[in-house]
This record gives sequence, structure tokens and C-alpha cells, in this order.
Amino acid sequence: MKPNLSASDVMRRRTRRFVVLALAVAALAFLAIAAGGINDNLVYYWTPTDLRAAGNKAYGATIRLGGMVSAGSIRHHSGTTGVEFDVKDANAIVRVKSSGVPPQMFRDNIGVVVEETMTRSGTFECHRLMVSHNNEYKAPQAGQHPTNGKELEKLMRTTEGL
Amino acid sequence: MITTAALGRLLILGALLVSTAGAFLGFASGAKRSEEGLRWSRRLAYAFGALMLVATLVMEHALLRHDFSVSYVAHVGSRDVPVWVTIVSLWSSLEGSILFWGLVLGLYIAAATRFTSRGNEEAMPYAIGTWLACGSFFSFLIAGPANPFLTMSPAPLDGPGPNPLLQNHVLMVAHPPLLYLGYVGMTIPFGFAVAALLRGKIGPTLVRAMRNSLLLSWIFLSIAIMLGGWWAYEVLGWGGYWAWDPVENASLLPWLTATAALHSAMVMQRRGVLKGWTLTLVLSSFLLTILGTFMTRSGVFNSVHSFTQSAIGPTILVFLAAVLIGSVTLLALRIDTLESEGRIDAPVSREGTFLLNNLLLVLFTFTVLVGTVFPLVVEAVNGKQMSVGRPYFDSMVVPMGVALLFLLGIGPALPWGRASREEIRRALLPPLAGGIALLVVGVIFGARNPWTIVTLFAGGYALQVTLVQLAKLRHSRRSFGAYVIHVGVAIAIVAIAISSTMRTQREVMLQQGQSATIGAYTVTFNGTEERSEPHRTSSVARIAVAKDGRAVTTLEPRMNQYEMMREPIGTPDVHSTIGGDLYISIVSLEANRAGLLLIVTPLVSWIWIAVLLMAAGGFIALVQFPRFAAKTAAKSLVEAKATP
Repeated sequence: MKPNLSASDVMRRRTRRFVVLALAVAALAFLAIAAGGINDNLVYYWTPTDLRAAGNKAYGATIRLGGMVSAGSIRHHSGTTGVEFDVKDANAIVRVKSSGVPPQMFRDNIGVVVEETMTRSGTFECHRLMVSHNNEYKAPQAGQHPTNGKELEKLMRTTEGL
Repeated sequence: MITTAALGRLLILGALLVSTAGAFLGFASGAKRSEEGLRWSRRLAYAFGALMLVATLVMEHALLRHDFSVSYVAHVGSRDVPVWVTIVSLWSSLEGSILFWGLVLGLYIAAATRFTSRGNEEAMPYAIGTWLACGSFFSFLIAGPANPFLTMSPAPLDGPGPNPLLQNHVLMVAHPPLLYLGYVGMTIPFGFAVAALLRGKIGPTLVRAMRNSLLLSWIFLSIAIMLGGWWAYEVLGWGGYWAWDPVENASLLPWLTATAALHSAMVMQRRGVLKGWTLTLVLSSFLLTILGTFMTRSGVFNSVHSFTQSAIGPTILVFLAAVLIGSVTLLALRIDTLESEGRIDAPVSREGTFLLNNLLLVLFTFTVLVGTVFPLVVEAVNGKQMSVGRPYFDSMVVPMGVALLFLLGIGPALPWGRASREEIRRALLPPLAGGIALLVVGVIFGARNPWTIVTLFAGGYALQVTLVQLAKLRHSRRSFGAYVIHVGVAIAIVAIAISSTMRTQREVMLQQGQSATIGAYTVTFNGTEERSEPHRTSSVARIAVAKDGRAVTTLEPRMNQYEMMREPIGTPDVHSTIGGDLYISIVSLEANRAGLLLIVTPLVSWIWIAVLLMAAGGFIALVQFPRFAAKTAAKSLVEAKATP
């Protein structure tokens, strides 16, 4: 370091130190806000089994629940656009209440993903109901049910509109 | 007799050889300052472009002739699809799109070698070396993990055709090529930045070459992002244009850093500061394009766009890591060699707002990057699947977008360098009129959302400042273009704010002959019609649209059934006007009953118009028109005399 610094050099150093400090504080604040923002807005991808296992944590959290529409469980509400049905995987069943018009392909035994949350009344309420829309070219196969974890994972990721 | 597939493989191997040799030669002749070496690396750059061009033509030829002995043709070709679908099949699936990447890269490298060499003789060998090193990686990818030229034996008689979601709309002809032009184009400024760091010097001609090439890919990327949003709007049927999908984010990230770099490069040219920072932004833009390619092409996110899973992911990831480590090392070792020639005197000045703009754009990039990559990290660590919800992005990005819009108004109003309090007041007060005017108009038309109102004010402020600057323009073509871009940005942000907060939607179930109303529109379902084309059959809902009691148009949202798909794909139909859109998409459809989603969104078309305006402004700033050329030349002569 040079011994004789001019006044402007000292000023410049002070400004620089101040700027660096301000930037560091701003960066930390930003990180805190971002982390909080992410934490509040996580959307979990769960199967009915995961949902049951989560217990109280399921109430109020944003969840994408994926599974099969249980055969014979679909009830249309007369007069409104809503529909109620059961979503199941190999081990668990969840009752779902959906508020919109169900999509074209919606029927028994089809893979669906519903998004919203579990209510304390025991039904899963959703505004978004999406039917599995596999992009791969497969001929229709009878009795093809994605019920295990890996398959469901794939289902949730190939559902259009997610 | 050599088969088409073997010919393709041979050409790609040639490209691999030429680019690898050229990369080594480029760096070596840069270090040794050999003119002979530079001449040869330029020849190799042209050869690489030519080989990629011929390889792509071979593939197109095979596609058009339905030569199913070529693996890619067998994978995406079909005798039943229209010719335009066959031609664009080149980029409809993974292997072909990487080949197309190679083509675009080859053409860019050849063009950059041809047109930017003058005045950059010392930097050129390093730049060509860097470009060809990238070329070598992509030829390796095409020759190995993503080879589209494998031989199919026995050749199948017909193929499945490209992914129906991609056949479903004409926009797919334009979106991928433009995205690639934007993405791949970032390689060129990257090469210049590496050259500047290796030489430890960045002169005016190099800055100009870097800025122009960056601006060119920025223009393409802007249009591509807009077309992607438009495509989602016209095809996916949920009535929106942006969902913070990882693939959309991937295209936005390099756009943000490139925007920041274009601005900081301007400060660098004017004041001789921010050299290392500008180069860092250019390096980041390139890295983010590679990250984007990794995210979209490896299947780590399975969103609407990511159709594939393969060994290509890891290969791109290795390349990404190598470029990242290389860039950081280079920056750490060489950033001190770039000396600042001046400094920024006053915080409230043009350059002060440039700094703030850069800070905001980088924060914006971080926000989107973190939200996009976070679920991947969580899944890699504990296997849990999740995604970051839309509210995160909206709540973080909206304030930054509005702040950027404010800066877009304040910045150009302020003078360069130190200004007196009086000057500042005179610059900043009058545009308040424009801000308040737009705010009032918005509120009269029903804007109530606080963020929308703030956006309207900032937009009006920025528009007044920009239009005044445009009107009193005696300055260069470059700033004229820049202000046209600014007008586009202001319109786009206002249109996005209005269209996302003021839309109305409802779901209805209509029997044949029944009507429903939304806003000023009455829609009547007139029954379903079956139509058949060679590659698909469609159920079309015929819907009569009336506005304020007068018949306007007939909309035909449809369900398309493609031969190779189990489920039909819905395609919405849109009635666009300058004030807003009526959007109808099918939820369910039977012979005499239709479940419909009706959406009325104001000002959507203005987003597309605004981005086209931005692109036009970019071209004005870029292209050397003869009338301006003489003036600019005279000016740069003066500049050259002024700087020793």
C-alpha cells in the first residue's frame, strides 16, 4: 500500500467499501425473501398413499395428487359443472371434489392429477382436474393401470396442462 | 453405393474433425500470433459451416423422400403428413433438433468469421477457436449420443409422424428455428468475450462486434420467447401465454442476462468502466443457453416441451460444467488485466440508472433460476417431487418488472455524467403527466389491481420520455433503434399487466342451440361437425359469436384425433381484436353437448405487437443502412481521433 493516499483515493475506498457492504446486505435480504417465497409456494407431487402418510401436513398445502379414478365412483352433480370421484393407488383411496367441467377424456380407470388441497372434512377439493395425456405413441391396452410409485411419477409428469 | 445414413454420418465425422482441428489451431495461432494460422482457422470455420449445411440438406432430402432406412426419418417421418410438417420434422424431435443446432452454429460461425474479422485480427484466432470448440462438442453430440443418421435395417415401411402437439399449429414452423437462432447466436459474443479475456484487452472494434452479435441473438430470442407464449396460448387451451414452465424459463434466463449485457456494454463504450462485469454477463448468457438446452433436451423436467429422455442429458451436463469451470477460471485469472479507464461520478445519472437496471436484471435472473432449479435440487437430494408454484414467480418478479419499467422512463430522461439539481428536476417532472394520463385511462376502463395501476403509471411515464426522445432525434440510428425497443418494452409490460389481471373466464355446458354470455359477447353452440384430413380427424364445435347483439364471427374450437395417439388433442379458437380476445376452448365435446371454457382477455394482441416492435427496433440499431453509414463512419473517425 502506498503511504501517501490522496483525499479522493480515501473517499473512493470508503465509497467502494460502502457499496460492497450495501450490496451484501441487499443480496442477503433478497435471498431471505426468495427462500421464504419458495417455501410458501411449494407444490408437492403426492400419491394417495403419500397423502395419507402426511397426516395433518396435507391440510392447506398445495398438492398435486396423482392416481387412478376408481371404477364406479364418479358422481356428477346435477345442475352444476362439478364432479366427485375417488382417486386411488395400490394402497389408499382419496375422495375428490372437483369444481370445473371434467375434461373430455375423464372416465373410470384413467390416470388423473388434481391440484389444490385436502380439507378437514376428508375430501380433497380441487379446481384443476387434469387427465393423463401420454405423449408416447402407445396403442390402447386394456387393464393398464399405473398404480405403483414409478408409474405414477411418470403419469404426473406427462399430464397436459401442468 | 453409399447409403444416405452413412453419408450423413461421414459428413458429421468430417465436421467433428474440422472443428476440433480448427479449435486447436485457433488457440495456438492466437498465442503465437501467426497470420498463417489465422488464415487456416478461418478456412476450417467455413468448412465446418459447409459440412453442417450439407449434412442438414441430406437429412431434409431423406425426410422428403421418406427414406425410412435413416433412423431419424423412421422415428418422426410419416407418409400421411402434409409436406410442411415433413420439412419441419427436422426440429420436431431430439436428434434432428441437435442436428439443426449444428447447422445454425455452423452458419453463425461462418458468418461471424466472414463479417467481424476486420479490425479484430488479434482477437479473431481466439474467437474462432472458442466457436469451433463449441462446434466440436455439438458435432460430437450428433456423431455419438444424438445420432440421427443411424441405419435402420430392415427399413420400416412407414413411421409414426412427428409429435402431434407439434403438428397441431403452424407456429411450430417458426418458434424452434427462431429460438435456436437466439440460443446458438449467444456462442458468437461468448467467443469474443473469451478472446477479450485471453488477450486482456477489449478495444472499440471488439466491443462493437460483441455487441452486434449479442443484439442479433437477443432479437431472435425475443421473437422466439413471444412465439412460444403465443403458441402456448393458441394450442394448449388454458387461455394463458406464460406459466413459468421450466422450458419457458430456460428461454427467458439468457434473454435477461443478454439484456443486462447490452446495457452495460453501452456504459463500457461510453465511460470505459464495467469491462469485467459486461464480459461476465456475456459468459453467463452463453452458460444459461447451455443450461436451458440441458433442461429442455435431457428430460429432467417433463413439461409440455420435454419430450425425450436419453443419454444426451449427461453429455450436455459435462459440457456445461466444463464451460462453467473454464469461464470462472478465465475470469478469475484475467479480469484484472482489463483496466478501467474512467469511473461513474454521480449516482443520479444515465449511467447510474444503467447500473440499477443491471442489478435488477441480475436479481430477476436469479429469482427465475432459483425457482426453476430448486425442485431439481430437492429431488436429487431426497427424492421428493415438487415444483415451485406460480405465486412465487409472480410475487417476486412483478415488483422487479415494474421497477425496470420505472428505470426505463427515468434513465433516458437523465443526462450522462453529473447533473445539477435543477437539470434533474426539469428532466424528471414533465413525464409525470404521461404517467398520470395512462393511469386515469386505465382506471376508467376498470383497472383496480394496485400493481396494474402502478404499472400503468410507470408505463405512461416511460412512454412519454421515450417518445419525446424519439421526436427530438438527431442522434444516431443506434439510439433510434434502442428507443423503439423501449417503446415496445413499455407496451409489452403494460399489456401483460392488464391481460393478466383483467381477464374474465367461465366454464359452461351448452346443449345444441343454447347460448351463454361473457362480457359483451354471446356465444351459441350450433352443434358438432366431424372433419377428416389425411393425418387426423377432428370434431369441431361450431360456435356463433355475437357482440352487443350483432353477429361477429364463428369460432371453431376442435378436438383433433391423430392416428398414433390414444387421446385427442383439443385446440382452442380465438377471436382477436385490438382491444381484447375472446378465447374458447373445449373441455368436453359430444354430438349435441359441449363443455366450453370461455375467456375474455383485454390487450393480449398488444404483447405480440410490442415484441415485434422490439425486434424491429433491434434491427434498426443493428443494420447499417447506407444513409446512416456515412454519418456513422464520420462520427467514428472523430471518436477514433479523440481516443489516443
